[in-house]
Amino acid sequence: MSDQKTKSTKTEEKANGIPKPTSPNSDLKLDYSSFWNYSDAPESSDKVVIEDTYNHFINGEFVEPEKGRRFASVNPATEEVLSQFAEGTSEDVDKAVKAARKAYKNVWSKMPGRERGKYIFRIARMIQERSRELAIIESMDGGKPIRESRDVDIPLVAAHFFYYAGWADKLEYAFPGRKPEPLGVCGQIIPWNFPMLMLAWKIAPALATGNTVVLKPAETTPLTALRFAEICRDAGLPDGVVNIVTGAGQTGSEIVNHPDVNKVAFTGSTQVGKIIQKSLAGTDKKFTLELGGKGANIIFEDASIDQAVEGVVNAIFFNQGHVCCAGSRLIVQEGISDRFIQKLKDRMETLIVGDPLDKNTDIGAINSKEQYERIKTYLDLGGKEGAVMHQSSCDLPQNGYFCRPTIFTNVSQSNRIVQEEIFGPVLTIQTFRTPDEAVQKANNSPYGLSGGIWTDKGSKIFNTGQQVRAGVMWTNTFNKFDPTSPFGGYKESGVGREGGLHGLYPYVNLV
Amino acid sequence: MSDRIEVLKTYKTYVGGKFPRSESGHTYPVKDSSGNKIANACRCTRKDVRDAMVVARSAFSGWSSRSAYNRGQILYRIAEMLEGRKEQFQKELELAGLKKKVAAREIEQSVDRLIYYAGWTDKISQVFGTVNPVASAHFNFSMPDPTGVVGIIAPDNNHLLGLVSVIAPVIAGGNTCIVLASESNPLPAITFGEVLNDSDVPGGVVNILSGIQSEMISHLSSHMDVNGVWNAANNSDNRKQIDENGALNIKRIIHTPVVDWADEKHENPYLITNFQETKTTWHPVGN
Repeated sequence: MSDQKTKSTKTEEKANGIPKPTSPNSDLKLDYSSFWNYSDAPESSDKVVIEDTYNHFINGEFVEPEKGRRFASVNPATEEVLSQFAEGTSEDVDKAVKAARKAYKNVWSKMPGRERGKYIFRIARMIQERSRELAIIESMDGGKPIRESRDVDIPLVAAHFFYYAGWADKLEYAFPGRKPEPLGVCGQIIPWNFPMLMLAWKIAPALATGNTVVLKPAETTPLTALRFAEICRDAGLPDGVVNIVTGAGQTGSEIVNHPDVNKVAFTGSTQVGKIIQKSLAGTDKKFTLELGGKGANIIFEDASIDQAVEGVVNAIFFNQGHVCCAGSRLIVQEGISDRFIQKLKDRMETLIVGDPLDKNTDIGAINSKEQYERIKTYLDLGGKEGAVMHQSSCDLPQNGYFCRPTIFTNVSQSNRIVQEEIFGPVLTIQTFRTPDEAVQKANNSPYGLSGGIWTDKGSKIFNTGQQVRAGVMWTNTFNKFDPTSPFGGYKESGVGREGGLHGLYPYVNLV
Repeated sequence: MSDRIEVLKTYKTYVGGKFPRSESGHTYPVKDSSGNKIANACRCTRKDVRDAMVVARSAFSGWSSRSAYNRGQILYRIAEMLEGRKEQFQKELELAGLKKKVAAREIEQSVDRLIYYAGWTDKISQVFGTVNPVASAHFNFSMPDPTGVVGIIAPDNNHLLGLVSVIAPVIAGGNTCIVLASESNPLPAITFGEVLNDSDVPGGVVNILSGIQSEMISHLSSHMDVNGVWNAANNSDNRKQIDENGALNIKRIIHTPVVDWADEKHENPYLITNFQETKTTWHPVGN
């Protein structure tokens, strides 16, 4: 196999006197930039209107915050303020919960599933219609490359609503031997890494099962949630079924602790998840937590190396590494580790870090100044712990929060950069000799959200996959998502599943 | 009546397939329904909980990787052994104040409940697993997978049936467990340990401790290597404490304040899935 590729590479070199970019199987390095200069390819944001201020969306209308307090959301790629948002207080949350309760009692829980489903289908369609606008806003507010928001986030959002819309009148088939009943009012708190997608993961199953919601988007990325509020209004969704309250941690805490909330769904850090679980102690509120991770990506010697290199790049550099299920720990078999790491370094050199709205961009802006500082702390820490850091040599824009793709070698299992979630484009690399050792290293973590296995041997995939204690195993692939596919963690990565049939369970009582 | 002096039984704990005494060296009196002392039971401590945890964890990988068929056979074997020891349990339950017929019924139901769960081991992943039709070119499936080590606070009512009703679904699903036996009458629980020990259940899969529950619950529920807690106490006394301790490492916590475990609604597959994780696996489809 590899011989053939080397041969074909050699013939390509002669094409017009200059060597062409080569297959990574040859000894020549990837070198795109000397041969192909990428012109700027910015997605225009001209057609997108962003208001100066935004209010809460409660009971079907946009309402001023009770106390009038505001906070700003910043475009992390330019450090410019995008808009001012309402900071939700206990009064705002209470108003939203009351609206949700009223809508639940009077309208939503009484509506036949078929009709409920039709509203959700409408929402799915309207998201598709406004998909480009949503993608652009997502990239401006959160810093993610437009290629990802356009091709991954927003299409998945629409697909998610479409999938759960269909469940609304089929729930009786989902739970063997039991009848599902809705819970009531769901308080939902979502993170900044996939603002619109996390909203979809929360709201779509809640509505399909007959619940109403109060949702709080993250303080750095509230824009698309309020666009979604417009979509709910345009779809004619009954008032109060979906309520959006903006704010930071305090607002979230008001939602979690509101006595008339029946269920709490949270996606975010393990640290905050523990606080939420503790504050719900002794109550009858149901909860699902989708928390942090430190996914191990295991590369066996018999893996298809070039595919695996691409997989590792996607595992850790997708969405700037702001992914709870990121493959942030590479565990590579010793026989190929030197070659693999070299290939990975070569590939990292080709990654384009820059303007999130440029279609060529691979890695966009770090979501916020706070997160940028946090990543920097870990980069410093890695050196102090004795690890060897390597970063790509790319240029970074003058303004905005950007971080070069980074790998650490010479790390130990006990290093903090190996144990703790960094939530940035930072990969640690360990090696192993036997499959048992790989599994042991993979499982040596309080987390258990995701894992990767790369090998051409099917039996090895199943053997290793069974032993890695993680909720999502990507084998010969990584960071793939689908509304039909349940997602969620073992151990300290959370409780409950989102997506698929399993994603219905957290939103029903079974009788 | 003969003049023979009866041999009394020493009640110990059941940990790691052995019957050690509590490291505390202490016991507490167990009384019958009229208040007469009938035995001394081990008064276990934090150290006993931690020791049990070590063996439960080390038994987990072996037990969870047994075939579902094999786990079913072993659960069936437990039922067979229990059936053969009816008389002993009859005596212990009557001592606790149960009427003869009620005690007999409780034992029979316990045997039947074990058989019920024995039959679930190789069906749970068929009923609760899915193949997911993802839109991309991948094969994708989700399967239940045991949560790990589960701490069980056994009910203080239905001393045998309640105990069996909480242990069986937990181990049928491939978990291992540490059980805090009923405080008022731990005797059937310890004797049940003997049944387990005779039934090819690997040592460490079920570990049974007796003692003052309030002295052990905080240590069990706050242990950072326990993955889940099933609080089957028929009251809410310790509920908040267990929930709060659970938050230390995101434990899965279930409270079932059941009044009568004989009710058939307390045997169902959802009591297995309470301590199952869903694992989803993706693989590309292509050439």
